[in-house]
Amino acid sequence: MIAHQLSIFAENKPGKLASVTSVLAKAKVSIRATTIATADTFGVINLIVDDPKTAQEALTKAGMMVKLRPVLAILIDDKPGGLDRLTQLLFKEGVNVNNAYGFVLESREKAVFVVDVDQTEKAEKLVEKNGFRTLDTEALSAIEPFHYMKY
Amino acid sequence: MYWEKELETRDRADLATLQLERLRETARRAVRSHHYGKAWTDAGFHPEDIRTLGDVGKIPFTTKDDLRENWPYGFLAVPKDDLVRMHSSSGTTGRATVIFHTKNDVDAWTNLVARCMYMTGLRKSDVFQNMMTYGLFTGGLGFHYGAERIGALTIPAGAGNSKRQIQLMRDFETTAIHIIPSYALHLYTVFEELGLTPQKDTKVRMAFIGAEPHSEKMRKRIEEFYGFKAFNSYGLSEMNGPGVAFECPEQNGMHIWEDNFLVEIIDPVTLEPVPDGQEGELVMTTLVREGMPVLRYRTKDLTRILPGPCPCGRTHRRIERITGRTDDMMILKGVNIFPIQIEKKLMEIPGVGRNFLIFLEREGFNDLMHIKVEVERGFFDGELRHLEALRRRIVEELKSDILITPKVDLVEPDSLPKTEGKAVRVIDNRET
Repeated sequence: MIAHQLSIFAENKPGKLASVTSVLAKAKVSIRATTIATADTFGVINLIVDDPKTAQEALTKAGMMVKLRPVLAILIDDKPGGLDRLTQLLFKEGVNVNNAYGFVLESREKAVFVVDVDQTEKAEKLVEKNGFRTLDTEALSAIEPFHYMKY
Repeated sequence: MYWEKELETRDRADLATLQLERLRETARRAVRSHHYGKAWTDAGFHPEDIRTLGDVGKIPFTTKDDLRENWPYGFLAVPKDDLVRMHSSSGTTGRATVIFHTKNDVDAWTNLVARCMYMTGLRKSDVFQNMMTYGLFTGGLGFHYGAERIGALTIPAGAGNSKRQIQLMRDFETTAIHIIPSYALHLYTVFEELGLTPQKDTKVRMAFIGAEPHSEKMRKRIEEFYGFKAFNSYGLSEMNGPGVAFECPEQNGMHIWEDNFLVEIIDPVTLEPVPDGQEGELVMTTLVREGMPVLRYRTKDLTRILPGPCPCGRTHRRIERITGRTDDMMILKGVNIFPIQIEKKLMEIPGVGRNFLIFLEREGFNDLMHIKVEVERGFFDGELRHLEALRRRIVEELKSDILITPKVDLVEPDSLPKTEGKAVRVIDNRET
């Protein structure tokens, strides 16, 4: 399954991230994970959120340049070697990763590794064939209550 | 003290007689050119309409656009065979203007540069190091020929390569230099890096500075750093290049050579002449040029005539240092750049949005161009590497067009200030 990541163009200056989170807070959008890539004076903020469509609309309305990018959100074991199994597979199959980041779902149990690759659908088939589960946007937004129930 | 005493100190009435005679002759020559032949017929002007110097107002103005539209030969008043030299205004593809000279034109120009340099104290015994770009730019060859005319030993060092410049100055005991003011300040830092002081380690006693707007404060700074006299110079390729106006030892205004040029200061809006002392646009007419006479050329430079005689004894009036432009031309490191050139280039690049803003900054002693460019909304695909590639492409394309390497920042669409009417494209943060 394909998930969606929000990519937001951002000038590298104080307050930019705050203006993004403020818009998302008002739109009642929940953030699952975030990374920021910068090149000197500008960069891209990448977000995994529970409601990408609403988030995109709200941010665009606020004048920001936003793109929804298909990514793979792959479920991995949160234990030593969990991520390695996945990356070794991607390496072996020659899948080039443009960007990647992860977050934990259940401590010491499950984590999600988000990868942005050139051929998303091909990579999706590949990882699923090798026993990994991929999450789509709905699955990603559904997991949160489950996460809190553990405590 | 004077290169041509009689001409430089001729009384104003006699100078006016000479000017009238030369103006009439120039008009008769100019009408043979394609441009003036047509433009004057259209305007109902005839060279014989000039009976007094006041009649100069009857001649239609000439603009840079006229020069461009008649590129390359439309202003020639002599057969091409009689030409020995061409120069082009600094700057760039598509916007360049070309000026042609006969042998007599080059002679007259050289004589004027020699007159300027002699006036400031350059002599046969001097060693003159010319740190200007040679080539199409008039500043290099113009000064080179002038110094040789005086008989000074001339070192055609060209621009840049600071360590070699310093080496040349030391090896050959350079006494006079021609240098862009911002480069003079930069070169001083190179002296420091080498553990040298110009006062002790060189014999340079004077500098000619120009080709770039600079303030009195900047000149004073250069003089303090180097412990020499720095003389301000004004010129433009349409009027030969250097040698149009130059400071005398009084360093109070630049004598503009009225035996070679007819000078008017006009109100750029009403186009009417303004009295001496009042600021306006400098309008110039060549009085001796054969190959390519240019009459009532609107320089777009703002200045004023300094009223009153100069203690040096020269009767040619003085203009104040240029205070600005009536158009949006920028001068950076001696290169003339119009915002429209940058706009044109930017708009050709896919991914560039609607608006951009140019900042001119001074970092240390270097002038920098910094451009903020809006990204087109549809271009953004969330990938940083594509943005970075766009930024690099903008830098490269501009560099090849305007000869200056700008610093480029990408910004969000519609994030730059929009103005009513004419867009403000340039913010000059350089101290003046």
